[in-house]
Amino acid sequence: MNLLEHLGKRLLRDGGIATPQGTLAVTPQECAVAAAQLGPRVVLKCQVPVGRRGKSGGIRFASSPAQARAEAGQLLGSIVGGFKVEDLLVEERIDIARELYAAVLNDPVSKGPLLVFSTDGGMDIEEVNKTSPEKVLRAMVDIRHGLDLAAAADLLSGTDLTDRQRGSVAEALVRLYDIYRAVDAELVEVNPLVLTAQGAVVALDAKISLDPGATPRHKDSIRRLVAHLPDTATELVRQARELGLALIELDGSVGVLANGAGLTMSTLDAVSYYGGKPANFLEIGGDAYTKATPALRLVLANPRVRSLVVNFCGAFARTDVMAEGVVDAIEELRPSIPIFFCIHGTGEEEAVRLVRERLQIKPFDLMDDAVKAAVAAAGRCPTEVA
Amino acid sequence: MLVTGAESVLVQGLTGRQGSFWGVRMAESGTRVVAGSSPGRGGRDVDGVPVYNTVAEAALQHQIDATVMFVPAMLARDAALEAIAAGVKKIVLLAEHVPYHDTMVIMAEAKDAGTQVLGPNTAGLVVPDVASLGIMPAFAKNIFRPGRVGVVSRSGSLGTLICLNLVSAGYGQSAFIGIGGDPILGTTTADAVRELDQHEGTDAIVLVGEIGGGMEEEAADYIAGMSKPVIAFIAGRSAPPETRMGHAGAIVTGDKGSGASKVKALTTAGATVVDVPSQIGEALRAAAASG
Repeated sequence: MNLLEHLGKRLLRDGGIATPQGTLAVTPQECAVAAAQLGPRVVLKCQVPVGRRGKSGGIRFASSPAQARAEAGQLLGSIVGGFKVEDLLVEERIDIARELYAAVLNDPVSKGPLLVFSTDGGMDIEEVNKTSPEKVLRAMVDIRHGLDLAAAADLLSGTDLTDRQRGSVAEALVRLYDIYRAVDAELVEVNPLVLTAQGAVVALDAKISLDPGATPRHKDSIRRLVAHLPDTATELVRQARELGLALIELDGSVGVLANGAGLTMSTLDAVSYYGGKPANFLEIGGDAYTKATPALRLVLANPRVRSLVVNFCGAFARTDVMAEGVVDAIEELRPSIPIFFCIHGTGEEEAVRLVRERLQIKPFDLMDDAVKAAVAAAGRCPTEVA
Repeated sequence: MLVTGAESVLVQGLTGRQGSFWGVRMAESGTRVVAGSSPGRGGRDVDGVPVYNTVAEAALQHQIDATVMFVPAMLARDAALEAIAAGVKKIVLLAEHVPYHDTMVIMAEAKDAGTQVLGPNTAGLVVPDVASLGIMPAFAKNIFRPGRVGVVSRSGSLGTLICLNLVSAGYGQSAFIGIGGDPILGTTTADAVRELDQHEGTDAIVLVGEIGGGMEEEAADYIAGMSKPVIAFIAGRSAPPETRMGHAGAIVTGDKGSGASKVKALTTAGATVVDVPSQIGEALRAAAASG
């Protein structure tokens, strides 16, 4: 879950990291008022959950309230990185002496937190990482002990920062790490973290990604932040979410219901491999295996679906329970599209019997054959031309 | 992680609905399930297996070589630390949605203690007719049978399909190692491939990967120096970029973690990458013929 910049900055400030004076504005007039208070030189930053906003025109500068109003008029309502701009963060301009890069993230290789720092921060950090990887410093942190000031200072010892700068940057790194731990972040990234002409350390940006698995233990503070996440979900995706299912709508015509992320992805791959286009990703693995009935309702609610593959390979997820859910849904909805089954694993015999007796459908032995049949069937009833 | 069948296995959470169901299935598959633990349920038994309040209490009465954890995600860290502190050297951590910071704490402790961890978010480990530690259908004869092909899979459901295809094609498994679908795992793809490469009972390896992360690329570095044939299948190659396909680990950002990057790394390392699982038998036969 990626937090919008202004929410990420709130977490940074709560954790003792300075950010520019700023305010959130939703109209050009509010931007002009904010510029009069904070400016006259201000920066307007669109609040959309994507990176590289600077490069895609989502960040503008203004030197007067009138200019702020004009720039805001262009930005608000425009599309940046696929998202409609509805909020602008208006901030005072900072006198930048130097742009740094700092991040703390979960590292799958060391299986612990990784601190990443560079004195070459700014928009081209990815390029720096490619061309001069030695300029990007890394330090593994033992999560049981945390990051102390000495370790942070040690990482900075090879840089050309002055002693005084090193001290204040090390302090900021420790605070960043503590924020990362406190909110159960997957990533806390500040680019740029700037040194001002006066020697202060200020976060000009904030990219914080939270671990959805950890939200149960952050009942109040974090949940309030998450509630601010922009919701671009369609009605079906919303319904799926309420059921605890992750539905991804795709633009094809072969509906897919399978259990487990790996099997579902492979079923989609097979649909593509045999020349079809999948209509959705929806899996009912793990604890969700009891939700076959509502899951199938979601798949069939898509008017583009021309055929359906039900592919179950039961391990933890019992195929007899899933098949019963599917059969119930089919008997209830009586879909006119052809349905093709492949069922193996835990509960297989009972599941196959249910499908044969109640639907008079014989499951395929091989996934490939079920998928091929579904692709062929979808091709026979082409989707309507929009 | 591999097992010989001689291990004494504890089931944490044995009195729960899933723990009791799968505890019995594991025993039927040959596993020596000697004890269970569930806080506040000490003194009971499940199908004749004694239950203790804590892992430490169980470890006083039994040698415990491995534990299979049927514990909710938010309690996984404490349960794993309890097992590590009691001296258990193999942990199978099944829960999905364990907070990543908790996973990292477990991994740090496990490393210091010399404990192997499989998971989190794994379906477990199967050595057909010998032992099953987890929630795979080891009892299904059309899916698992003893043989000499080692399988490494992030996914349980897809792993099941792969094993079914192997048996249909006339092959059996020396082991199935489900490493788990999370981004941070106790046993990585490369760890499992290395273990099967050094395993005498394994002649060939089937690697079942997924888009996202860099584990398949890391494994490819090791595979490049191997003589046993490796057949690979990568799930999610048709997935749109920047989309999380169910598994937390399965997200593609930019070029890193893409199906194309993994296929290229594995092919360059000498592995055969198949497009659909049903081609695996044929690929194994071709590899045996050329080897």
